[in-house]
Amino acid sequence: MRRTAVLLTSGSLFGLAIPSFLLVAWLLGSASGVVGAAILPPPGQVVATLLAMADSGELVQALVATVSRLAIGFLLGALAGTVLGALCGASALARRLLDPSIQALRSVPSLAWVPLFILWLGIFESSKICLIAVGVFFPVYLNLLGGIAGVDRKLLEVGTVHGLSRAQALLRIQLPAALPSYVTGLRSGLGLGWMFVSAAELLGASSGLGFVLDDGEQTGRPERILAAILLFGLCGKLSDVALAAVGGRLVAWQDTVRR
Amino acid sequence: MAIALQVAGLRKSYADMPVLGPIDVGLAAGSISVVIGRSGCGKTTLLRCLGGLETPDAGSVTAGGAALRRESVGYVFQEPRLMPWLSVARNVGFGLAAWDPERRDRAVAAALDRIGLPDAGQALPKQLSGGMAQRVALARGLAPEPDLLLLDEPFSALDPFTRAQMQEHLLHLHRAYGTTIVLITHDMDEALVLADRILVMRGGHGVPGHIAADLAPALARPRRPADPLLSNWRASLAGLLSES
Repeated sequence: MRRTAVLLTSGSLFGLAIPSFLLVAWLLGSASGVVGAAILPPPGQVVATLLAMADSGELVQALVATVSRLAIGFLLGALAGTVLGALCGASALARRLLDPSIQALRSVPSLAWVPLFILWLGIFESSKICLIAVGVFFPVYLNLLGGIAGVDRKLLEVGTVHGLSRAQALLRIQLPAALPSYVTGLRSGLGLGWMFVSAAELLGASSGLGFVLDDGEQTGRPERILAAILLFGLCGKLSDVALAAVGGRLVAWQDTVRR
Repeated sequence: MAIALQVAGLRKSYADMPVLGPIDVGLAAGSISVVIGRSGCGKTTLLRCLGGLETPDAGSVTAGGAALRRESVGYVFQEPRLMPWLSVARNVGFGLAAWDPERRDRAVAAALDRIGLPDAGQALPKQLSGGMAQRVALARGLAPEPDLLLLDEPFSALDPFTRAQMQEHLLHLHRAYGTTIVLITHDMDEALVLADRILVMRGGHGVPGHIAADLAPALARPRRPADPLLSNWRASLAGLLSES
């Protein structure tokens, strides 16, 4: 009995238990009429909407638009977060100069930048990408900075006795040691990237999954909203799994407990 | 090439509190000097000053009349302090980045061979036992073939059996490289088994660390803690340490 329970709970499929339960509840709720189709369309209708979108080419077009915005915004935000995080982590002078301002900017809600970005960069792609980059920047910056600042002093002393310069110590000790924290920052940044790409597209876009959401609301078609939500969830999860897999390989040297 | 070390008037204080010095001592080229003393007497501070990890307030450390060059010093810490993201081989070659890759590979292979881990090069530090990790740290300290090797209680965290093995390894490596060695310990048997010279330090509780006794145990090698002659020396050493 106990062995069966362990087998059931140890597999990777165990994580599908809650989504499966919710799906069954959704199916039963829709079939019994407890929940009206205008509020929560049945799963079959959402699947049919997805198939129709795929058939018309709208699905691919929306995915390409959203993913390309996210990819560019993520790369720009991650790059800026990496450069400034490494700079402030390595140099006390740079940290004293830059970090207070960056922390002050962090306390501004990211969506508050939207009007300014639209004013400066227009309603089209640049303002959306900029918003996504802002969302990605902070977790990457903070995690890398924290990772570098938290490097064991004892490892740095090994660099000192081997005559490493500050730049060499950064490259050979601090950055590799900060890698686990950096990977966490990238994953958090990617999660926020998905959040901000949907916000940016909801605020004004003619393509993308956020546009499908908005269109579903404007035209009173909840099945389109649910289809877009499912796609956001699926894409977000897949991208996180891919990043976690790459990151996991990079930090495989960690001596951590895995259960 | 082993070097003779001359320490003159070395002093160190933290927050205006003198913790070390003055230290005046000369160490012969190729010798093994063991610094022994109670916790807090300034042993580690002395070694950190010799290794360039602390800047002394006053005094000098010279080799053959010239300032000690950092590249001629190897340092082994109390803990292995291996870079967890590097393989064993790359940890051993950590201080050899400027070397020609072929020469570096040869030096790493030779160092791994000497510590008895010739096949562990591709392993990660997390795969090593405590004793193996400390041997790798020793190999890292020795791979650049330093003229002076400083060891800060390198075997203190090991069990007695592994510790005895490591002492054997160190003597074997000393014979192979001929390096001048300064080792810190608070284990009397370790001091007596290894040392050509034992420097007994006293200090702490407001008294700056200083060398209170300088002994040269006239004992044949190899030495075993159970040797009767060692017992006499142990008794003398215990007497000196209890006065600390």
